[in-house]
Amino acid sequence: MHLDQGHTHDGPVAVSADAHRADGRRRALRIGLGGPVGSGKTATVAALCRALRDEWSLAVVTNDIYTREDAEFLLREAVLPPERITAVETGACPHTAIRDDISANLEAVEDLEDEVGPLELILVESGGDNLTATFSKGLVDAQIFVIDVAGGDDIPRKGGPGVTTADLLVVNKTDLAPYVGSDLGRMAADAKAQRGELPVVFQSLRAEGGDGVEAVADWVRARLAAWAA
Amino acid sequence: MSRAALLVLADGRFPAGGHAHSGGAEAAVKAGRITGAADLEEFCRGRLHTAGLVSASLAAAAALGVDPVELDGAADARTPSPALRIAARKLGRQLMRAGRATWPSAELDALAGRFPKGAHQPVVLGVVARAAGLGADDAAYCSLYECVSGPASAVVRLLSLDPFDATGVLAGLAPELDVVAQRAVEGARCAVEGGVGVLPAGGAPLLEIGAEAHAAWAVRLFAS
Ligand SMILES: Nc1nc2c(ncn2[C@@H]2O[C@H](COP(=O)(O)OP(=O)(O)OP(=O)(O)O)[C@@H](O)[C@H]2O)c(=O)[nH]1
Ligand SMILES: [Mg+2]
Repeated sequence: MHLDQGHTHDGPVAVSADAHRADGRRRALRIGLGGPVGSGKTATVAALCRALRDEWSLAVVTNDIYTREDAEFLLREAVLPPERITAVETGACPHTAIRDDISANLEAVEDLEDEVGPLELILVESGGDNLTATFSKGLVDAQIFVIDVAGGDDIPRKGGPGVTTADLLVVNKTDLAPYVGSDLGRMAADAKAQRGELPVVFQSLRAEGGDGVEAVADWVRARLAAWAA
Repeated sequence: MSRAALLVLADGRFPAGGHAHSGGAEAAVKAGRITGAADLEEFCRGRLHTAGLVSASLAAAAALGVDPVELDGAADARTPSPALRIAARKLGRQLMRAGRATWPSAELDALAGRFPKGAHQPVVLGVVARAAGLGADDAAYCSLYECVSGPASAVVRLLSLDPFDATGVLAGLAPELDVVAQRAVEGARCAVEGGVGVLPAGGAPLLEIGAEAHAAWAVRLFAS
């Protein structure tokens, strides 16, 4: 080899979950948002960006399945400056990119930290997927699973790794419950049975005068405080 | 040398980013050039003897210890399409991460430091093979196998092709793959003395053109 060893970055570059970057600085907290197609992941990411962007330095990675819709929505809504939003292509298999082969997402995260850092929080939105899709611990520090009331009020009962193990379960679009005949009490009881002490938030990003994303934002703030400590 | 290490590196589940790429198959499907198992076989055969041979000889040369910086330049020279260069570097970077985590080595660290945004994937593959204690032929086989297995699994998803048919295509190409692997290793051995200029330099213009068109699509399933 004719390479100059002096230029190497050794150490954490190859270790995805390491809390420090190659330059020794503490990396950003990484939170994954997963869940079925259309449940409100992007809407939640957008609302979180608006709620948190003045308090924390943050960025977003989206994993669209076959378009750049999510990234483009966030850009259009101007929730963050464009250089803080990156899209990863997932080859028809969104869960592979967040669980089995996380390299493209890790690169997106590291590039964001290199190019717009220092960052305190990176939100990683998965492509819409099935109930078994969860994030690797090598990619995120905590994950939020977003379902909605319109997908059927039996989803919490069906369980699956997303519903049962996510650090936070969000049941979105509660404003639609009366129209689709979803029983929120039953959803809450089923979620409790599946998740034990793990938290569940019911939210609507549409309801007039409601709290919107505030409960989820508070949960993220608590995570950030713990990460920074 | 461990034969099992070769299985680890060649496994389609080795987490090095390949799952998001179709090796040109998505563009060929859209253009109507792949419509079923028979076309898939022809597509893979074409890839094997052109881009496949070139990549495999680069990988084999890197595994033999030829300077990876020179090999990276040779890879650029053999890859006219900017979209394919970008894809190759992206995949090289992803393979570098997986390789360093799996088989830590000073040579990999040095190459990562020299190309923080990624060297060409076949070059990285050869250095990873070295780190895994594998030889030039192993590196060539890995490279050739992924050159055909990537499009095959992509076409299963794109056309809902019967997965047994797709696997049958790969098995049918195996004897040819053996022949190309041998040529790739011979080319690599020549490069040890003769420099990277003597490495195979075959090309597949339709793959290059297809890759450029594909990169401009607004809606696609695969990254390349
Ligand atoms: N009524 C109502 N609609 C909502 C709510 N949250 C999101 N939506 C709408 O639901 C649709 C899907 O929301 P997205 O945020 O794009 O869902 P997603 O989970 O990101 O979807 P994919 O990324 O395609 O899987 C959009 O039209 C949103 O405006 C809500 O609380 N109530
Ligand atoms: Mg979305």
